[in-house]
Amino acid sequence: MERIPVLRMGSLLLITIQVDMHDKLALQLQDDVTERISDWGSTGVLIDISSLEIVDSFIGRMLANIAGMSRVLGAETVVVGMQPAVAITLVELGMSLTGVRTALSVEAGMELLYGNSITGSEDERTEA
Amino acid sequence: MSVQKREVLPVKNSNDVVLARQKVRQLAVELRFSLVDQTKLVTAASELARNALDHGKGGSMTVEVIVNGARSGLKMVFEDQGPGIANIEDALKDGFTTGNGMGLGLGGSKRLVNDFSIETEVGKGTRITAVRWK
Amino acid sequence: MNDLAEIISQNEDRLRTEWIRTMSSSVERADLISKAEMNEQCGSILKEIVEGVKTSGPENLSGAGWNGTRELLSSISASRARQGFSPTDVATFVLSLKQPLFVLIRDKMGKSPDQLFETVWSSTRLLDSLALITTEAYTATREELIMRQQQELLELSTPVVKLWDGILALPIIGTLDSARTQVVMESLLQAVVATNSRYAIIDITGVPTVDTLVAQHLLKTITAARLMGAECIISGVRPQIAQTIVHLGINLEDVITKAKLSDAFGLALQRSGRAVVKTAAAAAANPLSGLFGKREE
Repeated sequence: MERIPVLRMGSLLLITIQVDMHDKLALQLQDDVTERISDWGSTGVLIDISSLEIVDSFIGRMLANIAGMSRVLGAETVVVGMQPAVAITLVELGMSLTGVRTALSVEAGMELLYGNSITGSEDERTEA
Repeated sequence: MSVQKREVLPVKNSNDVVLARQKVRQLAVELRFSLVDQTKLVTAASELARNALDHGKGGSMTVEVIVNGARSGLKMVFEDQGPGIANIEDALKDGFTTGNGMGLGLGGSKRLVNDFSIETEVGKGTRITAVRWK
Repeated sequence: MNDLAEIISQNEDRLRTEWIRTMSSSVERADLISKAEMNEQCGSILKEIVEGVKTSGPENLSGAGWNGTRELLSSISASRARQGFSPTDVATFVLSLKQPLFVLIRDKMGKSPDQLFETVWSSTRLLDSLALITTEAYTATREELIMRQQQELLELSTPVVKLWDGILALPIIGTLDSARTQVVMESLLQAVVATNSRYAIIDITGVPTVDTLVAQHLLKTITAARLMGAECIISGVRPQIAQTIVHLGINLEDVITKAKLSDAFGLALQRSGRAVVKTAAAAAANPLSGLFGKREE
C-alpha cells in the first residue's frame, strides 16, 4: 500500500509529503507518526510540504492533528517549506494553522527544534 | 457569455477528489491563470468536491471555460443528490460543520472565487456554482 | 428605399452644414476637435451611409453594405473616447443628423404623408442603430483604457529590498486595495522564499491612511508569511495612524509594530542573534562612546 515515509534523524522525525493526499494516506500517516514518536522517543517532527501545490482544509486539519497528537506525546512539530501561493490561499480560506510552528526550510526547522546549536558559521560571517 | 469547453467528472470517492483537482489545475494552466489564482481555484475545487462527497454522498463536477467579453474564467459546478443544506447562511459561516471537518469548506471556498452561489433543497440535493475570472 | 440614398447624396453639402450646426448647438466641443476635421468626418459618414442604403438597405445594418459605416463610426467613437468626449457627445454626434435629414425628407415628400412617414420611420431606426454602434464602440474603448490603466497601476513596482542576510524590507507607498495587496503580498512572499529570509519588515510610512480593510490586508500578508515560517514586522506607523488603529478597534496585538524602519531593523537583527557595535577606531576617537554607544542614534 502507498505510504508516506517517516524518516528518523537523531531525535527528530522527517516527513516529506510529495503525493496528492487522500483520506487513507492521511490516516495512515497519523498512525505512523504517533507510533514512531512513541517507539523512538522522538522530540521533534519536521513535516516538509515544499512540494505540495495546494493545502486545503483537509490537509490543514491533518497537519494540525499531527501537531496536536505529537505534542501530547512530547514532541514538537514544525511544518516547513510552505509555498507562497499555498500560504496566500490558506489565509484566504480562513485557516491560519494556529498552534503549528512553521519554518522556511528543513534546516531552519531543525534550528527551531534544536535551538541555535547547529548554526554559527553564517552568524559569525555577518557579524564581522 | 459563451462556454468554450466543458468537462464532467464524477465525484464518488476520495480518489475522484484528486482527479477533480488535477482537471481544474490543467484548465487553469491552459487559461494562464497566475500561480496564486491557480492555487485558489484548485483549493476551492478540492473543498467543494470534498463537500459533495462528505455531505452530499457523492455527485459530479462540471468544469467550464467561459468567456464574457474580454474576460475569461473558469466555472465549476458541483452537484449532489444528498440531504441538501437546511440553512445556507449557517453553512457559509466559518466554523460551521455538521460533519467532523473544520467548517471552512463552503465559506472558505466562497472567498477563493469571484462568484459563488448555492442552490439547495432539503432531501433533494445541492448544486454549488463557483466562478473565478481571470 | 433608394429615396433615402438619393436624398442624402443629392443634398450632401447642405445636410453636412446643417448637421454640424445642429451638433454644435447641443454640444460645442471646439476644444477637442477642429471644424475642418469635423467637416471631413461628417462628409465621409454621409458617403458611407449612402453606400449602405444603396447596397444593403436601411434595415439590414449587419449587411455587407454597412461595413464601411460601422468601421468608420467605431473608429471615430474610439478616437473620441480617447480624446475625452462624454458618451452623450458621442451619441449626439449621430443623432443630430436626424433633424436636418427629416427636414430634407419633408421637403421632398411633403405631399404624400404615407411615403413621408415610411421614410422618416426607417431613417429614425437607421440613425438610432448607428448611434448605438457609436455608444458601444465608445464603451469598449473606455473599458479597454480602464483595464490597461489598472494593469499599469498594478505593475508600479513595489520593490522588496534586502537589508541583511535573512532580513527583507518592503516599503509600501500609496493606498492598499485588494488587487494591489495581492501583488504586494505575492512579491514579498516570493522574495522571502528566494532569499530564505526569516524576517520581513513592512514599512507603511508611505501609506496615507490605514482603515479596517488595509489592516485586514496587512494581517493576511503577515499570517501568510507566518505560515511559511517568516516573521513580519510593521514599521512606519505614524502617530495619527496609531490613533486610527485604536479607534477602529483593529486588533494588531499579535503583530510586532515599530514607529521607525530603523527600530524594526534593529529588532530583526537582535532576533536573528546579531548586534550592531562600534568599531575599535570609533571607540578610540571618543573614549566615552564605549560607555554610551548603545544609546547613540
